[in-house]
Formats: sequence, structure tokens, C-alpha cells
Amino acid sequence: MTASGLRLTLDGASLGYGRGGVLHGVDLEVEPGEILVVVGASGSGKSTLLRGLAGLLPPYAGRILAHGEEITGPSPDRAMIFQEDGLLPWRTVLRNVELPLAIRKVPKQRRRDAAREWIARVGLAGFEDRLPRELSGGMRQRVQLARALAGAPRAVLMDEPFGALDAQTRAEMQRLLLDVLRDTSATVVFVTHDVDEALLLGHRIAVLTSGGVRILAGATREQILKEL
Amino acid sequence: MSVARTAEPRAAAPGGGAAAPAAPPARPRTTWRNRAVRVASLLVAAGLWQLLTVTDARIWLRFDRLPSLDEIAAEFAERLGTEVYYLDLLQSLIRILTGFGIAAVAGITVGVLIGRSRRAADVLTPLLEAVRPIPAIALVPIAILLFPTDEQGIVFITCAAAFFPIMVSTRHAVRALPTLWEDAVLTLGGSRWHVLWHVVLPGVLPGVFGGLSIGMGVSWICVISAEMISGDFGVGYRTWQSYTLVDYPATVVGMITIGALGWLTSALIELIGRRATRWLPRAEGSGA
Repeated sequence: MTASGLRLTLDGASLGYGRGGVLHGVDLEVEPGEILVVVGASGSGKSTLLRGLAGLLPPYAGRILAHGEEITGPSPDRAMIFQEDGLLPWRTVLRNVELPLAIRKVPKQRRRDAAREWIARVGLAGFEDRLPRELSGGMRQRVQLARALAGAPRAVLMDEPFGALDAQTRAEMQRLLLDVLRDTSATVVFVTHDVDEALLLGHRIAVLTSGGVRILAGATREQILKEL
Repeated sequence: MSVARTAEPRAAAPGGGAAAPAAPPARPRTTWRNRAVRVASLLVAAGLWQLLTVTDARIWLRFDRLPSLDEIAAEFAERLGTEVYYLDLLQSLIRILTGFGIAAVAGITVGVLIGRSRRAADVLTPLLEAVRPIPAIALVPIAILLFPTDEQGIVFITCAAAFFPIMVSTRHAVRALPTLWEDAVLTLGGSRWHVLWHVVLPGVLPGVFGGLSIGMGVSWICVISAEMISGDFGVGYRTWQSYTLVDYPATVVGMITIGALGWLTSALIELIGRRATRWLPRAEGSGA
């Protein structure tokens, strides 16, 4: 059973590399179990925001919190799905999906069974022994999703996971994501530059601009485009 | 974790755009014509050698002192029947495997250390870069002074020769690893040790095997040279001894033996490397 979703908080957080950074003094609250979609133009700091939440990039000012506790580094509670292929190419689909469980030293048979269940759940039964290079882009993203969820995270951070897919595969993946997330109570922060995707997936939408973050609840396509 | 219901596996490739291939496409076959050309190429070279040596040709290059193929073949047959041939072979192999083995372990360890740790790089790089330009064979005097026996000196030279290509290739491979894989393991709950075990070590294998392959080649150059300079036995020593005794057929037999050993050990590394990096996409027909 998945534990309850994490409350994620950015409290005046400034993030980025080099002089000036990318995000300055951002305040944002993500409620447990909600799907918050972050939209913004290229270079607006969407990925930087996610890396901060993942604990891969510490803020140089302000704080980032998970359930009230300051994030000091990556944690299995906050799994990340990348736009680029984050699968380990030398591991088969099965061994990629069981990785978070192997890291936790779950006994081999148990983790294999759990990984097989997740592989079937994302519609890839029969592909367990394939290497990532033998899969299409959409299938690799399914494996990334299964791997992230196999570790039973309390938050899933998704960095334009469907950005490189064709329209049909993207629609299929969006349906699968909503379907799979229904069985978990994980908090989801989903980054995209596609407004339609944001409207379809998000409970709330955060628009990232040079002026900061603006939360839009129940916004229309036109309102979001106006904010960007 | 809740997996309430199991999705039905889709009939075709799911969410895929392009379907996953049912089976990899067949590699272009090596036809009998390709093989015939390869054999003919060897036969022409051998025939030319025979022609030039039996006619004692002197066409600026002097073939009159080189043995003909039949002389070499007769010498080879005779050598194969002697115990000393196999002892030499064994001795050279022990030296190369010891020196190369130590170099492989040390080279990979130091390469990973330098590639991953800035502090280790600051401490070790100046020393290693100061020694690296010195050809291993130029270390012979140091080896003679440093080690109590010739045997240890030869292994040291062999090890020094292989160490640098292995270390440099490993260091480059570590630094070229995409950070994405490391980030993925860290966000799945992995520690730095997990990153080392699950990302760095498997990820650097293609580069490491490149270094091992080069290292084996230079190891052979150095072990044979060292045996010629200060060995008591071994294939290099025997080849040089045959030359000084004006036994040219035996010299060529030694050269052929060295070539065969070098080829065998390199082929072994290539084979292990290909098996260990099966996940790499390979060009069609590669290795045919």
C-alpha cells in the first residue's frame, strides 16, 4: 500500500547555477496527493524547480520542505522521472524496475514479483528481459514510470516525461499515467510546456515566469497562455 | 505499494510509436567469396616471402639472409617437440598475466578514484602525469636497481606499461558518464556506493575494455623487450638468443609465437569485453 502523499513546500527558495540563478524567492505549496502541473517557457526554471524538490540541487536561499522537514538531499520518498532516458542501459526492463527495491535490499524473489506486477501494470508484460535499447521511446517511459512507482514513493517528480513522444503515444501515456496514479496517493509534480497536457493532468497548474510562480486553479487554456 | 489490478498486456508494442523488434535483423553474412579473398591475401604474402627468400633476392632490401617458409616450418615442427618451447611460453604468459592483472586492478581503481574524486585527482594526477610520458621500457634501469630479481623487474615493466592506458581510459570513461544515470539512482534512494556499483562500474566498461585492449598490446611489447634485455628464459629471451646465435629460422619461429600469443590474449579481452557490454548498440556486421 502506498503511504500518503508528501506535502511539498518551497519557502522563498532561490535555485539555479552560476551567477544570478534561475528561480528567485519562490513560494509554492503542493498538497498531499495532488497533481500539480508546472508550465513555463524554455529556460523558465521548470527542471531546476524539480531538481530542487528532488534534493539534487540545494537552494542557495530559502528552504524546500517535504512534510515540514527541510530537504537536504535525494530520498526514495521523492522519485523522479526524466524526459531523457534515465534507464540504465545495461539492465533489462525487469532489473531496471526492481532497482529501487534492490537498493532497499528487498529479498530477490519478492522484488522480482513486485517488479513484474508493475511491468504488467504499465502494459509491458512479456518485455521483462528486453534491454532499454530494444524498446521504443514510449515503452522506455513506461519502464521509467514502473521503476519510479515500484519504490512506493510518496511524491513523483516528472520532468517533461512525454516531451519527446509523438502525439498518439503521448495521449496513450497520459491516460496510463492517470490510470496508474489512481491506485496511489502520491503527490505528483509534473513539468510540461504543453498547456493541453497541463489542463488534462493537473488538479492545479503553476505557471512559471520570470516574475515567479502563479497558481491557477480552474484556469482555461487562454488564461494560461496569457500568463506565459 | 498498491497494484490493485493487473493491466492486460497489449498485443502489439504498447505506448511505443515504433514497435519493438521481434528479433534483431540478421547480420550480413560473410560469404565464401569474402573468405576466399582473405585466404588468398595471406597466400599471396606467403608466396612472395617464399619467392624472395629462395631466390636470395637483394632489391635494396636483403632477403638472402632470411629463412624460407619451409625452413621456418621445419624449425617450428622441431621446436613444438621440445620441452623448452612450452616452458618459455608458460614463463612469458605468467609474466604478462601477473603484470597485466596487477595493472588492470590498479588502473581501474585509480581511474575511478581520480574520475570521481576531485581531492584524489589533486593528489594523484601530478605524480601520474609526471611519470606517464616515460615509456615503460625506459624504466628498465630503475627496475633492475629496485627489484631483487630480474623476474620481478620484468613484471614491474609489464605492469607499468599496461597501467597508464587502462587508468587513462577508465578516468575518461568515468568523466564521460551521463549524470542522468547517477541522478536516477540517487532519486531511487541510492547512496554513493549504489551509484558506484550500479552506475559507474557497469557504465565505464566500454571505456575500460578499450584501455585493457591497448594495455595488453603494450604489455606484450614491454615483456618481450624486457626478456630480451634481462630475461633468463621466455619467448622474448629465446627469440633474441636465436638471433645472436645466427639461427634465423628459430628467430622467426619466436616472432610468430609472440604474434600468436599477442593475438590470442587480445582476442580473449575482445571476447570478454563484447560479452560484458552486450547492452551497447553495435553496428550491423561489426565483428564479422
